[in-house]
Amino acid sequence: MAVSTEGKSLWWRFGPVITIVAVVLVLWYATAIGLNSAQVIERTLSSQPGWSALDLARLTLSMDRPVLPAPHQIALDLVDSVFGWPLASPRNLLYHAAVTSSATLLGFVMGTLLGAVLAVVIVHSRTLERSIFPWIIASQTVPVLAIAPIVIVILGSFGLTGLFPKAIISMYLCFFPVAVALVKGLRSPGVMELELLHTYAASASHTFWKLRVPASLPFLFPSLRVGIAAGLVGAIVGELPTGAQAGLGARLLTGSYYGNTVQIWSALVMSALLGLVLTGAVAVAERALTPGGRK
Amino acid sequence: MSAMTLSVVLIVLLALAVVSIRWLAALDERNPIGRFGTPLLFGVWVLVFWQLLVDGFDVPRVLLPAPSVIGHSLLVSLPVLAGDFTQTVLHSALIGLVAGCALGFVVGVLIDRSPFLQRGLLPLAALASAVPLIGIAPIMVMWFGFDWHSKAAVVVIMTFFPMLVNTLAGLAESGHMERDLMRSYGASTWRTLWSLRIPVALPFIFNALKINSTLAMIGAIVAEFFGSPVSGLGFRISTEAARLNMGLVWAAILVAALAGSVLYGVLGWLERRATFWHPSIRSGG
Repeated sequence: MAVSTEGKSLWWRFGPVITIVAVVLVLWYATAIGLNSAQVIERTLSSQPGWSALDLARLTLSMDRPVLPAPHQIALDLVDSVFGWPLASPRNLLYHAAVTSSATLLGFVMGTLLGAVLAVVIVHSRTLERSIFPWIIASQTVPVLAIAPIVIVILGSFGLTGLFPKAIISMYLCFFPVAVALVKGLRSPGVMELELLHTYAASASHTFWKLRVPASLPFLFPSLRVGIAAGLVGAIVGELPTGAQAGLGARLLTGSYYGNTVQIWSALVMSALLGLVLTGAVAVAERALTPGGRK
Repeated sequence: MSAMTLSVVLIVLLALAVVSIRWLAALDERNPIGRFGTPLLFGVWVLVFWQLLVDGFDVPRVLLPAPSVIGHSLLVSLPVLAGDFTQTVLHSALIGLVAGCALGFVVGVLIDRSPFLQRGLLPLAALASAVPLIGIAPIMVMWFGFDWHSKAAVVVIMTFFPMLVNTLAGLAESGHMERDLMRSYGASTWRTLWSLRIPVALPFIFNALKINSTLAMIGAIVAEFFGSPVSGLGFRISTEAARLNMGLVWAAILVAALAGSVLYGVLGWLERRATFWHPSIRSGG
């Protein structure tokens, strides 16, 4: 590798990904033409004898409600919805992304706090560890999202609607990775380090803040990245059962009600971008806060 | 019961609960009664307090039905829930899980020998882990209809990438020494794969299977929120919640929870049988 030229290593870094993405795009266009052709032939072309394959391709890639929209249609719809409308308009996807991400972030903060409290309690009490920890693990083999409708109904009966119920669902998905990783991280200091602090006559709280907490950071951040991605899923799913008016989940749902596939796909792309931004933000925080940087 | 007697009963029971759980938790790590009994007893006490508090304070059934109400709904609606279980777990989740994992594994084995394809696909897999793939559900429902096929398709997409990543990591796990040894035996590529590299990769593969079993249940249930025939656990939960029939909602969640736990437990059991040689299993963990 050391002898390879700059251009070669650049190709080695990005070439494979670019190739795969290009192959996916080509396959996507081919599939779009294939899947949409039946409808196009039935609706338009059957009345115009002598149509060519070029007509077919052109029409299949510009349908209003295609079975599979072409990538450029999704991109155009995305650009149009982001730049074509004011930010506060419900037609702007950024507005929906903001609604969903505020629920995600609130849930993420609450989930991280809950996970941290549980981890500290578990690390300090054998009784609680033995009685609660198996249930924390069991709670994750349960399809957590199934409780989403209940949370929304219960909180709705208290008059809590909108942001908070979604944040609770996000929280439920976030706390687990944080709790498990923090238990592992807080326990990671070895006997040597603990005994060293003992010889310094460090108090329990000193040992906790100066040794256990810093030692847990490398365990914490990967779990935060998992947690925020899970929290986003929670917020999106939380928008489904209530028929929420705003949010990416609501866009997915209305899109599927009205068969507006381009809207579904652009909401999907937007939520993917949001997921990348959120996990990216956690990764940036990790670089800044972990001494010596990420491993 | 008056508020006075209720609070006295609660305090006495709380003290009893704390003492009994502490007593079990103090037992030796290797004692199975301590290991399995403590969480079980904790769960039983939670149920007891749940029942008492809900009855004592007359919590509306819509908010939180008592365990006895949930148990009653479970028994009464057993045939309905059995149908939902077949639809969601046996069809959507299991078929999707098997197909998605098989696909991820096969693709992993195929691209293992091509660094180019690995470098192309792994970043995409990392990307997919940050993306709410569940959002693909409405599209799959449009393509494959309301029945379980669309849910299984969602599950396939959700489970593919974790399996691919773990298969590749597992295949890379066997060391040079072992591979050289296989070569010195004149073993073919496939023989090396079969006798050395796949067995070494098994802990990673089981890890992916366990992650995926949870994802499969989530995918199958959430996909039903986007439209389904008149059965399925996700359908039951969302429609009965809208009708405020919370006993049945909780019963359906209980079924989903049990199915998820059993699936996870079976995979754990298979893992211990298949990777008995691995240090994490040998040491009794």
